[in-house]
Amino acid sequence: MEVIDLAWWQLGLAALMVVALAICSHLVRLGVEKSLLIAAVRTVVQLSLIGLVLEALFATTALHWVALMALAMLLIAGREVTRRQKRRLTGGWGFGIGTLSMFLSSFAVTILTLTVIIGPDPWYTPQYAIPLLGMMLGNTMTGVAISLDRLTETAWQQRAAIEGRLMLGQTWQQAITDIRRDAMRSGMIPTINAMAAAGVVSLPGMMTGQILAGSSPALAVKYQILVMLTITVGVGFGTLAGVTLASRRLFDGRERLRMDRLV
Amino acid sequence: MSLILRQLAVGDLKPLSLEIAPGEILCLSGASGSGKSRLLRAIADLDPHQGSVWLEGTEQSSVSGHCWRNWVRLVPAESQWWFETVEEHFPADKEQDLSALGLKQKMLKSPVSRLSSGEKQRLSLARALAVAPRALLLDEPTANLDPDATEQIERWLLQSIRAHQWPVIWVAHDPEQIARVASRHYQLKADQLREVSHGSD
Repeated sequence: MEVIDLAWWQLGLAALMVVALAICSHLVRLGVEKSLLIAAVRTVVQLSLIGLVLEALFATTALHWVALMALAMLLIAGREVTRRQKRRLTGGWGFGIGTLSMFLSSFAVTILTLTVIIGPDPWYTPQYAIPLLGMMLGNTMTGVAISLDRLTETAWQQRAAIEGRLMLGQTWQQAITDIRRDAMRSGMIPTINAMAAAGVVSLPGMMTGQILAGSSPALAVKYQILVMLTITVGVGFGTLAGVTLASRRLFDGRERLRMDRLV
Repeated sequence: MSLILRQLAVGDLKPLSLEIAPGEILCLSGASGSGKSRLLRAIADLDPHQGSVWLEGTEQSSVSGHCWRNWVRLVPAESQWWFETVEEHFPADKEQDLSALGLKQKMLKSPVSRLSSGEKQRLSLARALAVAPRALLLDEPTANLDPDATEQIERWLLQSIRAHQWPVIWVAHDPEQIARVASRHYQLKADQLREVSHGSD
């Protein structure tokens, strides 16, 4: 199957539709036209740039370039996790814990999927490694960000109750157990919901893209299943690691609740 | 066992040393904001502080935080509740007897949201003593109670304290209550602890 090429002027037509939407938004005073246009421009610029990077990367197939790309993606995701938290841990701990838990889960699951399941040669072939890691990191980032935000916010709101439990002689784990469970759950629920709705309510973007690009639906479905399962594993372990590390950091060696460690 | 403070300093408070004998009730008064609650929190090791606190021969820092707080029980002025019903906040393996606090037994089954502040205060005292501590820090234990209930709770507390010989720090405002329960009376003023002699002030 041959894929129909897209010319820039054809994308321009799609952009014109966005402009039309912006004009309508202006006419009914929705007030979103500015952010709409800025976001549209960002999409074009960012994706074009990443296209150039990927073209260059796919041409080299050198491990150190792939690793550098993966590291850059990880650090940007770490920054994003920190940015999305209303109250985060001070002194780089918020960034550190978020990045470490994403690294542990996303990289482990991606590498395992590449070496054991898909098996390209070499295993770090960028056509497979980079998109897979990207999807993994993107979803893990959301899961970790939601759960850490929930953890710190709830701990802040319920700090008096947590200390009330400490006063009764409970360990720090007992004192924060409900909040911790709640935070982990809220990080994992969106992924679980996405799995439950896949194919029935929504056609996942990756699969749709693959079909548009000429793959047979049967193969696209298999890749989509693989990706969804691995994403769930990555999000799950990332959330577990992040919440476990961050909740430990909320207490000191004397098991005191240290709200001064949040900003 | 006696509770011993050695050069304990927290926040703006000047370092203070005290020894509270078994069964002794040290009443602590002082204007709000004078640091009474901070002091109790430091003794329970809920806030970082300087100096040392001992329970007889055991230093605070030689045991884990939860172990220390299990021995040295702080009952805060405002009680906190984190489960739906009262009962869930009590140890599951023991029968609770609330009659001595003037509360009905069926109150254990009721949701926390339906309790009055006085009921919450009494229940939080019962909860704090449900697992026996070795020392007691009470932050205005009768603040939300009417005179009858206050008297009942005082009697119940004094009885428990005598029976178990706990050293107690009791934050109180009412001079009459202090006269009734205190073995010694200290006042926190200008970041310092002063003993108030009986009969005066």
